[in-house]
Amino acid sequence: MTLPWSEVGEIAARSLGVAGAATFLAALAGLPLGVWLGARPRKGGMGAQVLLYAGMGLPPVVVGLVFYLLLSRSGPLGGLGLLFTPAAMVLAEAVLAFPMVAGFTLAAVRARADGVRRLVRGLGGGERQVLTTLLWESRRPIVAALAAGFGAAISEVGAATIVGGDIRHHTRVLTTAVVLETRKGELESALALGAVLLGVTLIVTAILVVWGERR
Amino acid sequence: MIRAEGLLRRYPGFELAVEALELPAGRFVTVIGPSGAGKSTLLRLLAGLEAPDAGTIERRGRVVFLDQDRTVLERSVLANATFGLELAGVPRREAERRVRPWLERVGLAGRLRQPAQLLSGGERARLALVRALATEPDVLLLDEPTQALDPGNVALAEALLREAHAQGRALVLVTHNLYQARRLGEETWFLLGGRLEEASPSERLFTRPERETTRAYVAGEMVY
Repeated sequence: MTLPWSEVGEIAARSLGVAGAATFLAALAGLPLGVWLGARPRKGGMGAQVLLYAGMGLPPVVVGLVFYLLLSRSGPLGGLGLLFTPAAMVLAEAVLAFPMVAGFTLAAVRARADGVRRLVRGLGGGERQVLTTLLWESRRPIVAALAAGFGAAISEVGAATIVGGDIRHHTRVLTTAVVLETRKGELESALALGAVLLGVTLIVTAILVVWGERR
Repeated sequence: MIRAEGLLRRYPGFELAVEALELPAGRFVTVIGPSGAGKSTLLRLLAGLEAPDAGTIERRGRVVFLDQDRTVLERSVLANATFGLELAGVPRREAERRVRPWLERVGLAGRLRQPAQLLSGGERARLALVRALATEPDVLLLDEPTQALDPGNVALAEALLREAHAQGRALVLVTHNLYQARRLGEETWFLLGGRLEEASPSERLFTRPERETTRAYVAGEMVY
């Protein structure tokens, strides 16, 4: 393998940081939205649900292209100087993870909403207590939503390449490095990077599952 | 105490319309009627879980509603039992102290730390009853709480309800068991097709009903 392990570690850490931050941002917006939409009475809200579910299939390259246009020097957000930085990758990946987190949370909460609402309201609780109980009762599928969001973020390559540029020691992440090493014919390095990618995903998912199973 | 006037609740293909009804403090009312008569809808309206399309409902005191779903939360048996008290702001340790004697009475004391999802249907019913009774409400609305319980546990549940009544609580019990409605109720409401056909003292309703429909229903002659 031509790629030094120290560099593999650096790339893995960057991947983890970018995908983690993207999942955090997606959760910040997606969890409250998913709980709110899922807890609402069935009437209405279909449009938002359709958009979220359709958003799960957003093509990363299209998201990357949109962010490229927004962040490029002549774009409306060009002044921020974010293009070809990890921050731009975080934003693009957050957009990709957001429908996963919000959509799966919506489905999980909706499945429990009627029973929990009747229980909480029946015992004299208010709507705020309905929402907090729903959030806690849906914790396991919400963990799955977070894992799906993280998976979408860490595994995508199109948006990361377009807005990150795959710059060594700056924006190179595991997926873009796998592509590069494969193109160079360095299959041993590509395989090692792929294995690290799978390992990172597995460890983060395991942490999420253990956290969700707490009583 | 609950007083309702001009109640109207419409669903596609169904309408519940009740001119007036009153549940005085400390009264034990049983509600009977065929499936789809509007019993559960009436209970949800009285509990405030649904808003009527028309009419007014006045409630005094703490009203608690026990749904026929027997929803249990993904928590231990003990945490499920204390849930109602915790919603009311009772600290967890105090809530646990209060529910333990109840759980002992319904035979769940040995399963406090187990996940409630592992309970059988009958055990869930007992847990749900304890969860509601432990909150010591002024009015308890119960939707078929003894459905699918074996005779021994029906007797136990009825004993708990009688005690709650003896302590001055008002109860409204929806049941398909006419014997139960008669032996527990001071007053019985008979619903049919979304209308309150008759509301009479229980003994009179079962022996000398005012309406022919009531007579036919309690005699088991009504085909619906």
